[in-house]
Amino acid sequence: MNTSIETRPPSDSGGGLRAALVWCVALVLICGVVYPTAATLLGGLLFPQQARGSLILREGRAVGSALVAQNFADARYFRPRPSAANYDPKALSGSNLASSNPALRERIAADSAAIAAREGVAATAIPADLVTASGSGIDPHISPAAAELQAARVARARGLPPEQVQALIRSHTLHRTFGVFGQPRVNVLELNLALDALPPAAG
Amino acid sequence: MGEILLILLLAVALAWPLGRYLAAVLKGTASRADAVFLPLESVIYGLLRVDPQRGMTWRGYASAFLASNLLLGVFAWLVFSFQDHLPLNPDGVPGMRWDLALHTAISFLTNTNQQHYSGQAQLSYFSQTVGIVSLQVLTPMMGLGLAAAVLRGLFGGRDAATAKEGQARDLGNYWVDVTRLSLRVFLPLSLLVALALTSQGVPSTFAGAQTVQTVDASSGVTEQTIPVGPVASMIATKQLGTNGGGWYGPNSAVPLENPTPLSNALQILCIVVLPIAVVFMLSPFTGRRRLTALVFGVMGTLSLISLAVSVYAEQQPNAAVAGLAAAGPNLEGKELRFGAESSALWAAVTTQTSNGSVDTMHDSLNPLAGTVTLVNMLINAIWGGIGCGLVGHLVFLLLSIFIAGLMIGRTPEVFGRKLETQEVRLLSFLIVLQSLTILGFTALALAIPDVAGTSNPGLHGIAQVFYEYTSAYANNGSGFEGLGDGTYWWNLSASAVLLLGRYPCLLIPLMVAGSLAQKRQAPETAGTLDIESVTFGATMIAVIVLITVLSYLPALVLGTVGEQLMQAG
Repeated sequence: MNTSIETRPPSDSGGGLRAALVWCVALVLICGVVYPTAATLLGGLLFPQQARGSLILREGRAVGSALVAQNFADARYFRPRPSAANYDPKALSGSNLASSNPALRERIAADSAAIAAREGVAATAIPADLVTASGSGIDPHISPAAAELQAARVARARGLPPEQVQALIRSHTLHRTFGVFGQPRVNVLELNLALDALPPAAG
Repeated sequence: MGEILLILLLAVALAWPLGRYLAAVLKGTASRADAVFLPLESVIYGLLRVDPQRGMTWRGYASAFLASNLLLGVFAWLVFSFQDHLPLNPDGVPGMRWDLALHTAISFLTNTNQQHYSGQAQLSYFSQTVGIVSLQVLTPMMGLGLAAAVLRGLFGGRDAATAKEGQARDLGNYWVDVTRLSLRVFLPLSLLVALALTSQGVPSTFAGAQTVQTVDASSGVTEQTIPVGPVASMIATKQLGTNGGGWYGPNSAVPLENPTPLSNALQILCIVVLPIAVVFMLSPFTGRRRLTALVFGVMGTLSLISLAVSVYAEQQPNAAVAGLAAAGPNLEGKELRFGAESSALWAAVTTQTSNGSVDTMHDSLNPLAGTVTLVNMLINAIWGGIGCGLVGHLVFLLLSIFIAGLMIGRTPEVFGRKLETQEVRLLSFLIVLQSLTILGFTALALAIPDVAGTSNPGLHGIAQVFYEYTSAYANNGSGFEGLGDGTYWWNLSASAVLLLGRYPCLLIPLMVAGSLAQKRQAPETAGTLDIESVTFGATMIAVIVLITVLSYLPALVLGTVGEQLMQAG
């Protein structure tokens, strides 16, 4: 206990509206202006590529972000997970469908049938991530199993040996960070760009 | 499993020193950091014309809290309404409609961050920083200031040694508490976390949205507009301060807001670290050595049970996938890089702590996990929001002392001061207020089908409405987000619930603490009820479960519990 502070009884008023007003102005300036400006500029300085949205350039032009899924329809490409937002990063949404909602069951049945036909496999062989919509609507990853499932079709469409496509999947598979955090995964956009960068198949 | 254990161990290991630091900051202990912070703080106190040495009574503390809240609330409402006339709006976002701006202002003012808008499309950079980041820093520190004032009151106030019986006690100086906590604890931590998040890929720029030409034109889309901004600085404050309001609509599920498994682990750590640190603050702050053990034991037990059920539930397949794909954990509404396990951990801790940010869509959780999130928010004192969680927990502690006192036929005493009719009446009012508010508004919304806005049929639709009000009252902010909540009804009714869940829940305990403080303290004897014991801890858990969970059992059965039973059958 300090000895000098016991001179006046505790205040019953709290300083009134004037003190509150001055305090709000000062603290908003520090917390809402100085802090975000400092953090943003420093972040941009230290990590310029990440700070601007992790854009991917091809021949000098931005063709996407490593953190945003794009839709792919052509048979020559791997496909991403379903999106409730049509892969629009301005719209962004999960399906928000409850597991008890018949609409979810219908959507999954339709997707499952389409994938089974496209890849020539039984429905129960489809990894669940390919028929479930992500939370953001722009999940850039699929599971390694989901990539494997599509490898044969992509190789056929591109006239590539299946082993070459499988090797590309393996080299693009991200493992758990430090062996502990997260799930093994493949970035669909980066994998497809790597496919496009392969030299054309002979014959 | 390894991931979950590692995150929990790290959280406790970091919360321990942080809790001691919090106590030192609140007690004004001299430290080396004074060289940096004291000059700035002195300037602020000088401008306020406030003597930092002089404390406040509970009335003074409460009126300073209310005055600062009123002003910040009006300020935020004006910023959101007129953001189209303010700077830092590179994407030309229009002003918010008055009711949405009102709901947003109240939601961030009450440390809730319930969002009826999508930030990437509906808020300017000015609103996201000056409006939202300031509230995300200040409101949790206000809650912690109030918790400190309540604790000081329970132990007779800072002037306990000199003040006379019946005299209003010194519960601390509000301006000093919140200023010191914000500058010395919250902002330095936020800066570190913001930089770490940027390193993982969270945008950190004042430039506007980036347009890119997409790869496969045959998909029908040739262009994407990627919203960026000063995101990282906001995500840091959002996670550290039990705020939860994200930059992007689907919150930390969005890869731009939460890019990697590492950023996910860091954000989970941030969600829990300060709420746990507040528990570790108890002993050094009050000088009561075993108090931390009691509170940590009760909260920790409930926390582990709830997160174990959540993780188990999400390991089960989503019922809608059965037979249509390979069996596996529930991935609807989840991000692949995180997987079901750490998403279920997040869902559990974000509702235990009143954070409310999400990295998975709660509407699509398996119903058992959905039930866990609801029960967590109904209790709202397993860790809880920073400061307000501890205050809520102290309410349960006082009620448990009262009930235990009745059971053993002894006058209930809190740290030597008698708990009497007046105090118990005030505390009981809080229990009634919660059920009246949540159940009343839920019933009202469901009775008028035009306003309910549910997007899922059947029992889950009822759960969507119940969830929204439960989340608002708990000042949590997460949602069963399919709900069509951008309407006058939802904005205005949720605003009322947000206010009821914040101010009475903080100010009534402050009033009780102020009243207990001025009572005579009887020395503790062998006959005193030993509250820092395993028996009392178990009693507290029973009281918490009986009071909260049982009051809401019918509502839960009509919602997610019923949904779970129907799927099982």
